[in-house]
Amino acid sequence: MSLLNASIRELHTKIISKEIKPSELAAASLERIQATDGKIKAFLHIAAEEAMERAKALDEQVHDIRQRSATGDLSHLLFGIPGAIKDNLNTKGLPTTAASKILANYTSAYDATAVDRLNKENYVLVGKTNMDEFAMGSSGENSGYFPTHNPWDLERVPGGSSSGSAAAVSAGQVLFALGSDTGGSIRQPAAYTGVVGLKPTYGLVSRFGLISYASSLDQIGPFTQTVEDAAVVLQAIAGHDPHDSTSANVAVPRYLDALTGDIKGLRIALPSEYFEEGLDPAVRAEVEKAIRVLESLGATVGQVSLPHTKYALAAYYLIAPAEASSNLARFDGVRYGVRTEADTLVEMYKQTRAQGFGEEVKRRIMLGTYALSSGYYDAYYLRAQKTRTLIKQDFDHVFASYDVILSPTAPTTAFKIGAKVEDPVTMYLNDIYTIPVNLAGIPAISVPCGLADGLPVGLQLIGKAFDETTLLRVAHAYETARGAMPRAML
Amino acid sequence: MSITIKEVEHIANLSRLAISEEEKGKMADTLGKILHFAQELQELDVENVAPTTHPQPLKNVLREDVSREWLSQEEALSHAPDQENGQFRVPAVMEG
Repeated sequence: MSLLNASIRELHTKIISKEIKPSELAAASLERIQATDGKIKAFLHIAAEEAMERAKALDEQVHDIRQRSATGDLSHLLFGIPGAIKDNLNTKGLPTTAASKILANYTSAYDATAVDRLNKENYVLVGKTNMDEFAMGSSGENSGYFPTHNPWDLERVPGGSSSGSAAAVSAGQVLFALGSDTGGSIRQPAAYTGVVGLKPTYGLVSRFGLISYASSLDQIGPFTQTVEDAAVVLQAIAGHDPHDSTSANVAVPRYLDALTGDIKGLRIALPSEYFEEGLDPAVRAEVEKAIRVLESLGATVGQVSLPHTKYALAAYYLIAPAEASSNLARFDGVRYGVRTEADTLVEMYKQTRAQGFGEEVKRRIMLGTYALSSGYYDAYYLRAQKTRTLIKQDFDHVFASYDVILSPTAPTTAFKIGAKVEDPVTMYLNDIYTIPVNLAGIPAISVPCGLADGLPVGLQLIGKAFDETTLLRVAHAYETARGAMPRAML
Repeated sequence: MSITIKEVEHIANLSRLAISEEEKGKMADTLGKILHFAQELQELDVENVAPTTHPQPLKNVLREDVSREWLSQEEALSHAPDQENGQFRVPAVMEG
């Protein structure tokens, strides 16, 4: 059994007691990647040399960390722990491509704040993970390089857009990975690959150094094997950052303290719109089992309505592309990235972008440009923003009398590679339960809740803004009562 | 909802994307499908609803106007496809 098959806290205890060295953990991670990534393709770039060099340097610092740990300082739980970073987050000195050919030759000049905070805890970065190009996609198939495969069934997608981060944790290649979630890009792949995925409240984690897709929706969060590990990683990356003007200036609680196992009296809302037609009956059955587990722990459950749910997808596919069309204007062959030469500046822009962007990215840029263009702005973009208000109010009403909202994370389990690539609207429907959460800016977590036909099913818990504490407490209590889940067999 | 080839050409130009004849047809088809799907927003009464541009209340964020260490000119230029005399170099802006 791999050294990596343990929780972050268990490994931390072993590191400070000198039972294992950071370099042994890094070597185990790199060996696992070597053995499995030919099939899974979770990584765009493996930083083997840098990881071993870093880990060996950490071998010499164990004594210091041991002393700090003895004083109750929990700020170094990630010391020596191997992790992976989605390739749309800047990592100084390493390639950052967002899985786009337009950034094929790009090396980060600086670290994203979330990465910088992991560095301060002395984690070990083993590589950059594959994704849908610029985080636009729900299957990983839109990578400009190659698709990632689901560790549970190599013929199936791992979900997206954080396809590689989900697959890397699911396959036991790393203890944790960072992803980004604009419409479900952490939670949906977490559900499809049987791992925990957390999308924090908008503003809790700095977006500085994240390659922007839709700036009012994007949020960085962790993939882990357990809820406790998610709490550890969130602790490291959460908190105000002056480099991101949308970063919230709120106090960050000690998330591990929330994992008490006690959810007696907790009020759980079940939104009827999330259990309607389109939900796979096998997925529904596993989610209903999870509801009974939570009831047995003392939670009360009530039926509610989020009446504007059906409009969320349409609103999202106007707002996100509109923001993307603006954000991706920077990829023009002038300051960085690949350039296609042409005689005039405008022609150079057009050829560079035509060559550098993939089909889905072009589609969203054009869709967003259309929605923002003269004559269509009021009918599309402004109307979508007003719809966003109604969706947000739906959540506010429910949270006036409930603590969390429970739903499936996705309507189905992982689908076959190639099954949905021809029809964008069918592909977009995968995100029907995750997108409203981004529009409202609130936090949600996906926790594995069983298998349907041998494939993982995700349970989504949605919380109030900045109430990650409750989400983690409920998810952890459920996970403990659920018991161990099988791992992907490779 | 359908999008004409002429509209696709107009949007591609605004988007600064060169587009082939084959792509135009496909883009007209898929954009049309997505916009058709988005039509359902038209049935909502949003007359007295304020738009949400951002999930959290935003305020201007101010800081002291002081310089600090950041990327050097050399670092900032290090990824440029073309450069000259410490500046980004681009093709002719005007035709001819």
